[in-house]
Amino acid sequence: MSATKATRRVNAVLSVLLALLCVAYVYPIFLIFINSLKTERAITTATVFDLPIAETFVKFQNYITGITSMNFLQSFWYSLFISVSSVFLILLCCSMCAWYITRVKGKLSSGMYYLCVFSMVVPFQMVMFTLAKTADTLKLNNPYNICIIYLGFGAGLAVFMFTGFMKSMPVEIEEAAMIDGCNPLQIFFRVVCPILKPTMISTAILEVMWVWNDYLLPTLVLDIKSYRTIPMAIQYFRGSYGKVEMGPMMACIMLTVLPVVALYLVCQKYIIEGVVAGAVKG
Amino acid sequence: MEKSIRKFWPVFVLPTLLAFVIGFIWPFIWGIGLSFCQFITVSKVTFVGFQNYLSVWADTTFTHAFVFTAAFTVVSTVLINLCGFGLALLLTRHIKGTNVFRTVYFMPNLIGGVVLGYIWQTLFNGILTILGKPLITLNATYGFWGLIILMCWQQIGYMMIIYIAGLQNVPPDLIEAAKIDGANSRQILFKVKIPMVMPSITICTFLTLTNSFKLFDQNLSLTGGEPAKSTMMLAYNIYDTFYARSGAQWKGIGQAKAVVFFLAVVVIALVQLRITRSKEVQQ
Repeated sequence: MSATKATRRVNAVLSVLLALLCVAYVYPIFLIFINSLKTERAITTATVFDLPIAETFVKFQNYITGITSMNFLQSFWYSLFISVSSVFLILLCCSMCAWYITRVKGKLSSGMYYLCVFSMVVPFQMVMFTLAKTADTLKLNNPYNICIIYLGFGAGLAVFMFTGFMKSMPVEIEEAAMIDGCNPLQIFFRVVCPILKPTMISTAILEVMWVWNDYLLPTLVLDIKSYRTIPMAIQYFRGSYGKVEMGPMMACIMLTVLPVVALYLVCQKYIIEGVVAGAVKG
Repeated sequence: MEKSIRKFWPVFVLPTLLAFVIGFIWPFIWGIGLSFCQFITVSKVTFVGFQNYLSVWADTTFTHAFVFTAAFTVVSTVLINLCGFGLALLLTRHIKGTNVFRTVYFMPNLIGGVVLGYIWQTLFNGILTILGKPLITLNATYGFWGLIILMCWQQIGYMMIIYIAGLQNVPPDLIEAAKIDGANSRQILFKVKIPMVMPSITICTFLTLTNSFKLFDQNLSLTGGEPAKSTMMLAYNIYDTFYARSGAQWKGIGQAKAVVFFLAVVVIALVQLRITRSKEVQQ
């Protein structure tokens, strides 16, 4: 069916409108970018829309100040370490747990499954106070073992996604491996894991998006004076605690946004697939 | 095979189960217990029965937050889903540049709530100053619509992606058949496409409802609840009760508020799922 002249014209108009909307979508970030290049005096609510001119342009001075005064690199490291370790742990433990749930029928399996589904509905505020206390008692309150807390609170979604996929996996392949003399661990790592790869990527993306941007959980669990993830640092310095000027603040926001956008542009395909997969299972 | 896997349960289930107990089950049960107690530190707890729950409803900041959150949730859910579905329809028309548009519209989702709040605070305050109006933290109405705009900007792309996937799964021969039967494009939309993407609508309304109702980061960073806690939403109100108020009674009340909040989320989720599921058709 070929498009008629009229529909082609409509599509051209729509194309222009959607492109304008794109500009509007990117504008807030562009605004932060131009302000991150200006001197402190030039960033007031009245002049925020002005482009930097010769007198107000400071090159990347704000970025240098921001990185040093906010201890940005350290925050970046904490965020990165927490995200990577938590997501790795979630993927490993939850996929194993989900396989057990799908292949073994019993009270343990069904109990775990329903608890996981239930935990997805519970808002964080319900457990935040007691969770922070529990983490303190068990000394899980530093960036290097907070991943156990994330595994506990993030297990619901991951187990749910994995079981959703595994239900459609043929059991015959695993039985064949068993007859060939594999024990359950070998079956899991040599047979199940490779089949699971697409779901692993989808789950990893959803969990990374959550952990990397999470503000409240690390704020309550970690000691804010010694460990600050990026969202914590931004809030800490914008709030009444510290004194950081607007320019370096804008620079740090840019430094926070840029790696995420860069990563998105590189693995866009997987991210969008991950979102769709999560929605179908959810 | 089941038997031999069962023997390995300490390897497969135990790590997750332990973390789950630490990170969810124990705090949850303990939280429910504490909602019936008065405490400042967890070592000194006195049982007060339902006193906290009565105080929750006597706290006007909480009832106000409840109404504010409900209004916000309704408006944002409707707007986000209408816009998301609209964009999805446009982006499945094979318009030039579809891939670029999709990429850009989805992008705000990846930026964290706290950072988003500050980006938009800068933008809103700039606009309001040009218009000669007070800043966003000084006027509750601007605060409300500011939060709506921010939420739309962040979530429309996500829902659009889900709707696009739903629309692409509508079998083309169904639409073809409808056309041959003489259906116009509006009839195709309402009688064929929308019933066929009902599962996507279910999941998108579920996500937007719960996301909006549980909103915290954006609320904290965009308005901070200002002016005078009038733009404070439920999640933030609970946080505020726990950590910003002095007085022996507030932690217990905060925990009771959290239980009420949790029950509200469960009720909303169940009612919504029941309503939209009943409208789904067999594929």
